[in-house]
Amino acid sequence: MEHRWGMAIDLDRCTGCEACVVACHAENNLPVSSPEQAGKGRTDHWIRIDRYYEGEFPDVKVKYMPVLCQHCDDAPCEPVCPVYATYHNGEGLNVQVYNRCVGTFYCANNCPYTVRYFNWFAPEWPEPLHLQHNPDVSVRVAGVMEKCTFCIHRIKRSKQDAARDGRALADGDVQPACVQSCPAEAMVFGDLNDPQSKVSRAAGSGRATRLLEELGTKPKVFYLQKVK
Amino acid sequence: MAAAPELLPYKQIREDLFRPLSGVSRRYVLATCLAFIVGAAGLAAWVYQLRRGMGVTGLQRPVFWGFYIVDFVFWIGISHAGTLISAILRLTDAAWRKPVTRAAEAITVFALMIGAMFPVIHLGRAWLFYWLLPYPNSRLLWPNFRSPLLWDLTAIVTYLTGSVIYLYLPLIPDMAQLAEHNTPWRRKLYRALALGWTGSDREWHALERAMKLMACIILAVAISVHTVVAWDFAMSIAPMWHSTIFGPYFVTGAIFSGIAALLVALTALRKVLHLESYLKWHHFNNLAKLLLLMSLLWLYFTLAENLTVWYGNEPREMAVFGARTRAQYAPYFWTMVALNFVIPFVLLGIRRLRTIATATIAAVCVLAGMWLERFVIVVPTLANPRLAAASRGYAPTWVEIAITAATFAAMAMLYMIFSKLFPIIAVWEFKPHPEEDED
Repeated sequence: MEHRWGMAIDLDRCTGCEACVVACHAENNLPVSSPEQAGKGRTDHWIRIDRYYEGEFPDVKVKYMPVLCQHCDDAPCEPVCPVYATYHNGEGLNVQVYNRCVGTFYCANNCPYTVRYFNWFAPEWPEPLHLQHNPDVSVRVAGVMEKCTFCIHRIKRSKQDAARDGRALADGDVQPACVQSCPAEAMVFGDLNDPQSKVSRAAGSGRATRLLEELGTKPKVFYLQKVK
Repeated sequence: MAAAPELLPYKQIREDLFRPLSGVSRRYVLATCLAFIVGAAGLAAWVYQLRRGMGVTGLQRPVFWGFYIVDFVFWIGISHAGTLISAILRLTDAAWRKPVTRAAEAITVFALMIGAMFPVIHLGRAWLFYWLLPYPNSRLLWPNFRSPLLWDLTAIVTYLTGSVIYLYLPLIPDMAQLAEHNTPWRRKLYRALALGWTGSDREWHALERAMKLMACIILAVAISVHTVVAWDFAMSIAPMWHSTIFGPYFVTGAIFSGIAALLVALTALRKVLHLESYLKWHHFNNLAKLLLLMSLLWLYFTLAENLTVWYGNEPREMAVFGARTRAQYAPYFWTMVALNFVIPFVLLGIRRLRTIATATIAAVCVLAGMWLERFVIVVPTLANPRLAAASRGYAPTWVEIAITAATFAAMAMLYMIFSKLFPIIAVWEFKPHPEEDED
């Protein structure tokens, strides 16, 4: 495996501003749900901010946790798909093939992180957002499952650029939209195969934990927080 | 004991059982039309869903499986009526089975046909359902046999094929009898279906052996089918789905609801087709006792399943357990317990109360209760995922309700049409041995 892409999110830095959510929407052509559909829980956010409250009012502390596809090495969503629409690619990414998906919902049921999103209707954008689609990302049709790709199109672009310039891919060359837009610089993305990369060092820090690690899914997103 | 149908003259049996095939009453036409209208409404709802998208259902993240999957498990469960009852009784040579088996086998075939539609109705892109089939194609794409859904597909297709054969084999001698005197198109139909049956000794022996063999095969297949349906849930790591007990628990539930369906069907047939001298009290009594036994077995499994979770007190499982027994899904759960255990136990357990009428009431309760059981298994688990922040409820929309109602109508319609085309009780089984033949 040439690369093994991973992410680290510093929860002590995260302010819950949701800039990553907006950036992901713009980058990945995520449809905009109507208020009515959003009220039913049919929003489409490949990254979302979960809120956890500690204490009783007025002494409340809110903890924010950005949750996206954890790109598990042993992903529970993969074996259950009857048509191989979701599989593991050569760089450890958990990939969703929209054109192959028939919509059994099984992957979403078996995802312990609930990070898979379904196209309940044909995608819609209020004007003029329909004019700003990212040409590097396909628009999904109704009836298929989708989820965070770690901005795979950006990974490909960076690799092409590096190959054109005749250099190796350097740490920090690839930045998914969420990482790029985080004002608190709480997110780091990179190659876990490179022990010197920022993400590898973050993953090795004493503050690093992984979400629902006990399920044996081997997620590749590391959450950093001070352990009290 | 009242006179067994075996003691009636064979001529009369033939007349009695072939009579429903000729002539169509006004009430029959009315009932068929009504069933057709409800079925057509469900079909229209499905077309609407296909055109607009799965958003017209009440599904949403994280409850991705709802009414359709509940219906799927329910109907596949009902399909266990035929095989289990008829195969076990055939293999054990139970004499009382004769008037019961075909009615049961027909339920199996129709319930399977209906149940097998739901995975397709439930697909986000239903028109691509054939991608789940291992067919040769230019891109050399193959379905994923690691997925329990593929096991499910394999099991259901096997079961449907097997149960059609199992229904058809004992039909053959009756087809030959019916081909003798009939209206021209019926004669054509029955003659084709009789496969040139002449009634020679060799043919009888072959039929007997084939039926014994199919009874063995279909038993194994039936148990595996509902086990695999259970594994659709149990193979996933969702709380309260990931349970080793699910295979046998589902098989038990399936047989339980299957017997209930058979009881309801037999009561209806007895009334409508005036089969009082064929479907007698002891048939109902035996089936009612069987239903009572399955009710107790079901209770045992339900207790084993829930008690271990409660005692183990694991937080994520307890969230689901709490939702089932104390919070928003508690009404469904406790209604299920009442319908599946309390009512049948009282009505069938006390001998004085056990009549054909109460057995039918208990059976209807069990059918409703077993539908609720599947709902209680499917929805609360999904509504309470491991990350509590993603929890959400589920309420069906009119589309799901219309399609569900349509399947019940479809079952009624298929059953009514079947009973007009084929004798619902196997006539030849009452044929006396050649030596004592009086005509």
